[in-house]
This record gives sequence, C-alpha cells and structure tokens, in this order.
Amino acid sequence: MSIHASPRALRTAASWWRPVGARLDRGASLVFILPAVVVILAFSIFPLLASLYVSLSRLGFSEGGVELKFVGFGNYAKLLFGIDQPHFLGVTRPLTPVGIAVLLVIYGLFAVLLYRYARGPNRTLGGLAGRVVTTAIAGALVWLIVNTILTSGRPGTLVVTIVYVAVDVSVQYLLGLGLALLVVQHLPGRRFFRVVFLLPMMITPVGVAYLFRMLTDTSKGPLYPLWAHFGLTDVSWVTNPWGARLAVMIGDVWQWTPFIFIVLLAAIETLPHELTEAAVVDGANRWQVFWRITFPQILPATTTVVLIRIIEGFKIVDLPNVLTNGGPGTATESLTLHAYTIWRALDIGGSAAVAYMLLIVVTFVGISYVNLFRRRVTAMA
Amino acid sequence: MAIIRRRRGSVSTTTVPFPAMTLSYIALFAWTFVVLFPLYWLAVTALKTPLDVNGGPFYVPWRDFQPTLDSWHYIFFDLREDTFRPYLNTVVVGLTSTAITVLLGSMAAYGLVRMRYRVGLGAIGSFAVAVAITVVVVIAGGPWPLGVAAGTGVFVLLLQTVARRFRRGAGNDDIAFWMISQRMLPPVATIIPIYIFFQQLQLLDTWGALIIAYTASHLPIVVWLMRDYFQSVPIELEESAAIDGASPYRIFRSIVLPLAVPGLVATFLFVLVFAWNEYLIALFLTSANAQTLPLTVAAQNATRGPQWWYMSVLILIMIGPVIAMAIALERFIARGLLVGAVKG
Repeated sequence: MSIHASPRALRTAASWWRPVGARLDRGASLVFILPAVVVILAFSIFPLLASLYVSLSRLGFSEGGVELKFVGFGNYAKLLFGIDQPHFLGVTRPLTPVGIAVLLVIYGLFAVLLYRYARGPNRTLGGLAGRVVTTAIAGALVWLIVNTILTSGRPGTLVVTIVYVAVDVSVQYLLGLGLALLVVQHLPGRRFFRVVFLLPMMITPVGVAYLFRMLTDTSKGPLYPLWAHFGLTDVSWVTNPWGARLAVMIGDVWQWTPFIFIVLLAAIETLPHELTEAAVVDGANRWQVFWRITFPQILPATTTVVLIRIIEGFKIVDLPNVLTNGGPGTATESLTLHAYTIWRALDIGGSAAVAYMLLIVVTFVGISYVNLFRRRVTAMA
Repeated sequence: MAIIRRRRGSVSTTTVPFPAMTLSYIALFAWTFVVLFPLYWLAVTALKTPLDVNGGPFYVPWRDFQPTLDSWHYIFFDLREDTFRPYLNTVVVGLTSTAITVLLGSMAAYGLVRMRYRVGLGAIGSFAVAVAITVVVVIAGGPWPLGVAAGTGVFVLLLQTVARRFRRGAGNDDIAFWMISQRMLPPVATIIPIYIFFQQLQLLDTWGALIIAYTASHLPIVVWLMRDYFQSVPIELEESAAIDGASPYRIFRSIVLPLAVPGLVATFLFVLVFAWNEYLIALFLTSANAQTLPLTVAAQNATRGPQWWYMSVLILIMIGPVIAMAIALERFIARGLLVGAVKG
C-alpha cells in the first residue's frame, strides 16, 4: 500500500546516510498509521474472503469427510425468494389504512428531503445520485417493515434486527446523554454515580443474558408479585412476540447505555472551559449553554458513538439466544442468531450468506449515515 | 503558555441551583436503582442454595432465606484450577491486548486527525490483484506461504510500475471508514476462517492468538473514538511545539496524549471490558490452556438447566477487578486539564 503522505520521505533513496532520527521524523505519518493498518488488514482479509467463498457454496458430506460444493448465489436466492424467505424477510399481508398512511408520510418526507437537496445551493450530480439510491433502498426497507409489522403479517429476522437497532440505539443515546449531563455537574457524590453507571457494561454479555432470563422468570424471578398481580404466572411472557422483543430490548438498553454514557462524558470533560464561562458571563441560561455550546461541540463524538452502537447493535445475539431462544417461533431472532441457528444445523453456506446480507445492510446504513450526517457534522466543527 | 491544572469546583459557573439539584438527584437515584437491582439479585442468588433459587422469589437474606457460601466454596475449592487458570488468562489477555490496542489505535487516530494520507487507487487495485493471485495459488493447491510470497511480489511490482499512473485516491475519511467496516461482519461468519488462520500459525489455545485477535478486532473502535478526542485538543499547542523544534513523536507523547487523558481513559476502560468479556472468539480459539472466564460462565448452563447460583458467583468475581479499575481510573475522566491552555 503506497501512502503518499510524505512523498519526500519515501522517494529520497539517496538519503540513507541521514541520521535515523531525522528519517523517522520525516516518515512520522506512516509510523503513526501503519501498525494499525497492518494488524487490521492481516487479520481481516482472509476471514472476509473465506466467508464470502463459503457463502457461495454448500457443505456436503462425502466419503471420507466433508466438502464445499460451489453453488453460486443459491444461498442468497434461498433467503430472498426461496424457502427461507419467511424466516429472513418475513410474511407480508395486504396493507391496512394505518399502514398506508404511515407509508405515505415517510415517503413524503423522503421526497421533501430529496427535493430540498436538489434545489439547494451545494448540490452535486454525485451527491444527488447517491441520495436517490439511498432513498430507493431505504424506501424498500420501510415498505418491508410496514408490510410485516403494521399488518397481520410476520416480521422476519431482518426487520426484527432493524427494530432492535433503531429502538435500542435511540433509547441508549437519550439515556446516555442525559446521565452524562447529570454527572458533569458538580454535585456531591457524583463520582459514586459515575462508577455505578458503568457497571452493566462490565458484565460479560452471556452473563447479562442469563441475568435477564433470571429476572424475567415469571414464577421464581423477583418480579413475581407483578406477574401475579396481572395473573400472568402461568402463561410465560415469552409467548407474546412483542413482549419477548421488549424484554430483549430492555436487556440491551440496560447493558449498553453505559457505553454511550462514558464516551459522551469523556467528550464533555475534554471540552475547553472558556466558551461556557464566557456564555454564562454573558447571561446564557443552562439550556442555552447546552444547546448552543456543549451539544455542537460533542456532535463529532456523538455521531461516532452512535455509528459504533449501530454496527454493534446489528450483531445482537446473546440476549435473544439465551433469553428467549429466538422464540416464540422466530419472533425475537436477530440476523446473527439466524445465522447461528442454521450454522448449528450445519448449513455453513446458508449461515455465511445471512452474515453477508447483514454486512450489506450494515454497510448501506453505515455509508448513508456517514455521508448524510457525519461529514456535515465534522465539517461544521 | 503553560498548562495550568485548576482545582475542581473552583469555577463559579458550575454551582448547581437547588431545584435543579433536587431533580438531578431524583434522576440519578432512579437510574442507580435500575442499574443496581439486577446486580443485587446476582449477589443474593450467589448466596442461595439451588432449592432457594427454584423455590420462588426470595429477596432478603436471613429474612426470606438462610444465606450460604456453598456456591462460593464450589467455585473456589471444588473447581479451583478450573476457576483460577481462566482467571489468569482473562487478566493477562485483557490487559495486554488492551494496552496494545489503545497504543496502536491512538497513534493511528492521531495520524488520521493531524496528517494527510492518500492511498492511490492504483495501490488499492494492485493489492486486490495480489490478493487474487494469492487466492489462486492456494486454491490450486500450493502451500500458503508460497501464495503469500507470490502475492507480495506482484504487489510490489505493480506498485512500482502501473499503480503510479492513477491520480485519484482514498483519503483519511475513507481509511477510517474502511477500518470501522471491519467490524460489520458478524463473528459467526468469520470465526471458522479465523480458526484456520491461527491453526496455520500454530497459535491455537495460546494467549498470543487471543491477544492478536482482540487487538485487531477492537482497533477500529479505538481509532474512531480517539479521533474525536484528539480533534478537540487545540491545535495551537501542537503548532507552537513544532515551531520550538519538537518531533511529531514528542508532540504526540508530551502534549497530545496528556491532554486527551479523559478520552484515553474512557477508551482504555471499555476496550478492557470488551476483551475481558469476549465469548465467541475465545470459544473457538482456546481449549484447556488459554480458556477465559466468559466460557466458564457459559459452561454453568448444564444439561439440567442454568446453574444460576454458580453463574452469579462467577459473574461477581469476574467484574470485581474491572470495577476496581474503573474506581481507580474514574478521576482522570475529569474536566480542568485544558483550562488556561490557550489563553490570549
């Protein structure tokens, strides 16, 4: 990889006699980044290619062992159009009036945003093309979500995962930001809260999953009086799809709010003091200080932590696996758990195909997010 | 232009009026309850017998049930080696990989914030061709070192010749996005290739395998977060140090890192937590020797159902050191380091 960061440092072959220190200084930009690039590249390229190949093949048992048979896009076709379609995409039903209304509102919103960009001052052809493609894919996903959730249909693992990510990340962000703002105040005992709020993140995810299974048990969990009050002790709450999904989401929020909390806390604490002081001297109230000074300054950290949580959130697996085993039916199955279950059934190729579909969706979301939000935010800062 | 550390609480803007303070405390205690109640349940479960756990919800020891240390005894004395060896592995792997990750990651992050990189399209193309050749050699039945050597040769050759003709390239943001995109594929798809990778390196069931795997998989997160923290360090300080003749390494070590300590500490803490708690990679890459604690926790799900009482003890002793670390490091996530740094 040729990184033309400091071309002189690379090209001056005649300068071998120079003192080593000076040469190191010239190549500093390479010294800073190469170790990380090499480690990531060495570790990621083989798994990426190998799993791509596996996703295009099927595991077969032959005499004397196993073999991978190349089947082209067979595994993907099975997910999108074949027998795995209800599991992956879900079951669609004709739209209800509510569904139609929701669809119209969202599509109208898309159209307005596109129109505003097309009429705006800094439009480019590439930017417009990118936004049209993004809108088309997002529109298709919205159509799928509305058709499976707001009708009598059944959402597949793709839609369930998107719901998990959307709900979890928004709730975690609001909670994390609120808590971070609370503990930067100079309140007595704030150091106690700062450490306590980190605790959920420190438990191993498998452990959190078992802990929540214990807590949500309707006959011997601590919430038994509550269940008894509503007469729910005999029917397990996991028989209700949305109840089960809610339990999974509560577990995820409980565990990962601390992550957003600590990142934003550190971001706020790194900010220079002068601006806030000057604003207070000029008579700004607390809300104005937050909205006009603190919030814009932590926007870069905000977009980063949200992106990381989106990427990690798409890979949610332990909670639905341990808490509900994906049930009832496949109602709480996330994409990774979907990949995991068919992997256990030795359909390695199909499992890799699900993983690659996940990669495609996350890449789409990630690229759209970075281009539409993060670029703008970092340009502002 | 000295960096003055001002005493905490001395700034008049940070005193909190009474009504706001009351509301703050209500919110803080509410969330504290949400956080601590599940942990309380863990703690009492660790003191119960299997009969107490299965008999129904018992809340308060001594009042609702007779506490016992049976589970603790089982974990510490009956399992003994099977608890302590994973414990040692977790500590060594967690601390080592976290230290390496934070070091390499913040270096790369600093580079991406303050220096300009351009990876030519030609270089990327050459790399793709080289990888393709390596793959062909390996599929054709050649040994993998031969494939890698052939690929490297072709890469260098193309880089020196054809690749220089392309002008367009990828910049800092593209490099950063490439890094974070390495975390998008779920581990379930990559775990078998990773297993083969370490098998070929003959590192299976060693600390080395886990340290490398954790470093590589957590680096992108460190790079992304440290980028933002470095960005908020005033560039004037670095410029004046450069004018005074400091080398980039010295500026990084003596000015940038100390000023980014809150972010550095936060990043260190949760990378440590990630490495400490990782499950799937450890499951595949280790067996008897290098097994880590998350596997021990999961192993308590026996055929007769989860053994909550043992699990609770394990989870509690597992988070102990991390809590101690958080208490020790929390003081560094504090404002005031930058006060007065860029006056005038």
